[in-house]
Amino acid sequence: MTTEFTPLSAAIGGGLIGLACALLLIFFGKIAGISGLIKSLFNPFTKSSRWKLCFIAGLVLAGVCVQIFKPELLVGELNFPPSMIIIAGLLVGIGTSLANGCTSGHGVCGMSRFSARSWVSTCTFMAIAIITANLVG
Amino acid sequence: MQLIITLILGFIFGLGLIISGMTNPDKVLNFLTFNKHWDGSLIIVMAVAMTIMMGAWFWLTKKGTPLFSEKLSLSDFKQVDMRLITGSVLFGLGWGLSGICPGPGLVQLVSLKTEFWLFFAAVLGGMWITKKV
Repeated sequence: MTTEFTPLSAAIGGGLIGLACALLLIFFGKIAGISGLIKSLFNPFTKSSRWKLCFIAGLVLAGVCVQIFKPELLVGELNFPPSMIIIAGLLVGIGTSLANGCTSGHGVCGMSRFSARSWVSTCTFMAIAIITANLVG
Repeated sequence: MQLIITLILGFIFGLGLIISGMTNPDKVLNFLTFNKHWDGSLIIVMAVAMTIMMGAWFWLTKKGTPLFSEKLSLSDFKQVDMRLITGSVLFGLGWGLSGICPGPGLVQLVSLKTEFWLFFAAVLGGMWITKKV
């Protein structure tokens, strides 16, 4: 489906994402990597699980508030057969788990630190995603 | 107190994902796919977020320690290895197919659409499988 190029809201949204990551780092020395936070749900509950759960809760709460007060902002659907949704989800889960990061941890937080692992990871998943999307789409 | 601030930061992150449009898989797929519908919004989101984070890293490097913590928690993994590359390839495949990465996948659960719950369940399943490896 066609979407409009929205540079202003992209910049505001990117600014909020960057601000959240930056303050988490400056305040507490923590990395806002969403795949890692989600994966930590499988670990036994420890003291360090608490902040992770809070960050996840904040993310979900943002969705809930937008859904209540401005639902037209939270659009989108996955127009694929269920089998393809499951395959894509499994690939995202296995991939981010092996790579220890996704678009947030490697892409936003790691690349800005000039981490070699994050640059290799982000360039790889970007390139593969572009090839995949162009072949399938 | 630290937990409340963390919750607020998660909230800000989530708002950013929604406002930027990155919770819409079509917007991501239209960035990844080069055709007449190409939508460059994603690169602006990444560029702005990364620029702010560069400032944060610069500040932290000068200051030495975070404001309310004695240490910086970084990944234990330091080497570029096959596990990293394999994982990135698989994630790229899944992301290129669906247009959804973990953050937006989590936020979209509140839309209560079955397809997003199915996707997120599969993500959790994938993470669970690799915990056994």
